[in-house]
Amino acid sequence: MMKSLRYILPLLAFLVLAGFLARGLNLDPREVPSPLIGKPAPSFALTRLDDPATTFKRDDMLGKVWMLNVWASWCVACREEHPLLVEFSKRGLVPLYGLNYKDKRPDGQGWLARFGNPYNASLFDDDGRVGIDFGVYGVPETFLIDKQGVIRLKHIGPLTPDVIRERIEPMLKKLNA
Amino acid sequence: MIPEIGHFALWLALGVALMLSVIPIMGAARGRGDWMAIARPAATLQFVLVAFAFGCLVAAFVGNDFSVLYVATNSNTSLPTHYRVAAVWGGHEGSMLLWLLMLTGWAFAVARFSKHLPAPVLARILSVMGWLSVGFLLFLLLTSNPFDRLANPPLDGRDLNPLLQDPGMVFHPPMLYMGYVGLSVAFSFAVAALIGGNLDTTWARWTRPWTTVAWIFLTIGIAMGSGWAYYELGWGGWWFWDPVENASFMPWLVATALIHSLAVTEKRGSFKSWTVLLAILAFSLSLLGTFLVRSGVLSSVHAFATDPKRGLFILGFLVLVIGASLALYAWRAPSVGLGARFEWVSRETFLLANNVLLMAACGAVLLGTLYPLLLDALGMGKISVGPPYFDTVFVPLMAPLIFLIGVGPLARWKQAELPQLARRLRWAFGAAIVAALLVSWLRGHLGIVSTLGLAMAFWIVAALATDLADRLRPNGIVKTSVLHRARQIPRAMVGMMVAHLGLAVFIFGVTMVKSGEVERDVKMAVGDTTEVLGYTFTFRGVQSLPGPNYRAAQGTIAVTRDGKPVTTLHPEKRNFPVTGAVMTEAAIDAGFTRDLYVSLGEPLDGGTWIVRVYVKPFIDWIWGGCLMMAFGGFLAATDRRYRAKVRQTQAADAKVVA
Repeated sequence: MMKSLRYILPLLAFLVLAGFLARGLNLDPREVPSPLIGKPAPSFALTRLDDPATTFKRDDMLGKVWMLNVWASWCVACREEHPLLVEFSKRGLVPLYGLNYKDKRPDGQGWLARFGNPYNASLFDDDGRVGIDFGVYGVPETFLIDKQGVIRLKHIGPLTPDVIRERIEPMLKKLNA
Repeated sequence: MIPEIGHFALWLALGVALMLSVIPIMGAARGRGDWMAIARPAATLQFVLVAFAFGCLVAAFVGNDFSVLYVATNSNTSLPTHYRVAAVWGGHEGSMLLWLLMLTGWAFAVARFSKHLPAPVLARILSVMGWLSVGFLLFLLLTSNPFDRLANPPLDGRDLNPLLQDPGMVFHPPMLYMGYVGLSVAFSFAVAALIGGNLDTTWARWTRPWTTVAWIFLTIGIAMGSGWAYYELGWGGWWFWDPVENASFMPWLVATALIHSLAVTEKRGSFKSWTVLLAILAFSLSLLGTFLVRSGVLSSVHAFATDPKRGLFILGFLVLVIGASLALYAWRAPSVGLGARFEWVSRETFLLANNVLLMAACGAVLLGTLYPLLLDALGMGKISVGPPYFDTVFVPLMAPLIFLIGVGPLARWKQAELPQLARRLRWAFGAAIVAALLVSWLRGHLGIVSTLGLAMAFWIVAALATDLADRLRPNGIVKTSVLHRARQIPRAMVGMMVAHLGLAVFIFGVTMVKSGEVERDVKMAVGDTTEVLGYTFTFRGVQSLPGPNYRAAQGTIAVTRDGKPVTTLHPEKRNFPVTGAVMTEAAIDAGFTRDLYVSLGEPLDGGTWIVRVYVKPFIDWIWGGCLMMAFGGFLAATDRRYRAKVRQTQAADAKVVA
């Protein structure tokens, strides 16, 4: 009996390992709690994508709840997300601003002309400095910022109807209450 | 149209794979020759179909068909054509198709070159390989179809990750996958033997060359990956203990153990159940590596875009394949028997110790790789395990293994005499210590760990020399010439010596780099100089240069030694507008005894740059050693006795037919 037990050991060890792996699937190693949540949004002053002469600063938005969506014309996932954003902006729940990240002005403008512009304005961040201050590491990313200029929510990757329903809308209700 | 044809070919391949996985093995169970005969043509057809699908994907990339999602995500019109071909395996879906191509390719090779195997054995082996391709085809078709179309195709693609736009990337993944997937052959031989119950020394002889060939590819693949990291990442490191590197290293460790264990099983009939277990584990670790890289359970620089559905599928497949084969092992292995007995001091014991140490090393790497996941799963927080853990655990496990490499080949099978071994090796031992101390002193008092590393490298060489000398001039009998005797040494034996020598070269390289490298990050304005290990580096400025799909800032750094020019280096900082990524291209002057390594850091004001200036003594020996190991494997795999056996059996078959 002891002898045949020896041959089952590898199987048992593997099953334990498989259990851990299954558990691991439901965890996200990248879900590092963003250190920016609950902190004031980094200050910035950027020109508008459609108008290099107009500058837009963080403090211009103080007193309003607003949403910042990081996008770029070279980003395929942004295209997936785009129709949803156009839909979302029509509902007028929150002022939506874009951060046009590491892009070229004509490319970004052409992209909006072609696929529709959901943004109140897009800020032109050509060297990505502001994006880095916001801790962007994948495009698209979306932030919700409250009346005091504090970041309250961050979503990495394209928005989905589920994310809007389950995370964005409840948070907006809370902030606008 | 072409992508749809490719997609269709994959579905056809699934049909063929299903046939291959059922009919031949049932034929073997019931003794139906006509059912078994399906195995070889089915394996061939399966390969042809998958190769065709692969060709379709290549065509989509070369023709810039951005209506295919995968092409749009991984290519761009400005990407040079050769990188468009390499971009086929630049992402998850395409690399999975490459993996499948290799798998069916190995099955085809088995069908082609194993005509001498008894029909039921071959039928079982190919059916087992058929199961594997069914699993991977389903995975590809259900969760990761590379031929998916986009409703609104973009005008241009998102471009291949600039990190992967490198000649090393063109060859590194195919080599590595050849190794990973090649281990499926040993796995299939083992499972087929467990099912058929014919686990004997001939089984070991059939399995051996296949395992060695897979191991060669794995060795070269890992070495290339390491070399790529060295010159492409721009910080001069060559191994980072990254989860994905570990995922390739673990199968290598087990495959190395398997090669040695197979030798015992073939020569002496011992270790049978252990060898079978190793064959199963080696491929299981390849599969586990796939899971770790593609499911997103671990974060790594290499990890692919992830999707929980994929992770769940691979995990299910993993549990099915590994669980079933280990269950089969638990059921059938007890009846396999122990084989020939051997004494405590014998080559068998040394090889067993080799296996235990290699497996312990593999276990340590596995633990370090999965530890963050285990802690996270137990709710104990998120941590990451770095090189300090691996260096502390790995090196002490390797030291006794290196010692055994010297002793093992000199010990006799079945029973050896300890005093006699000690007498034969005492000179080698003494020579290794003296040489290590000498080099340590010449290089300016290296630390104890480095001196130990050198001693290990010299020990392997000295013990090899002793072994060779004994073979060429055995005591007393000096009737035949040394040259004649040298020719008598079997090629497999020469292969072993070359591979072990390669390990010595590798250890020497690692030790010299670790102890002697100088890395300096300096702020340099035009005309500034800095001196590292006797070399004077002069910064001559940076100019802007256009590339095919990037803009480069190219630096010029002149190197002189004692006033004489050595070389001029041109490191680059490349800006890829499509992805917005900035890549560092190091400039390396490779040499036999040292590499001069220069890369550009960050630009500061007024034409001043941070420049990384590294001098790495003997670093190319690291990869040279790996290539020697691979070459040793090549010699062993092409030993005359495998070829002779093929011819002999073919002749015997021919007689039976006649």
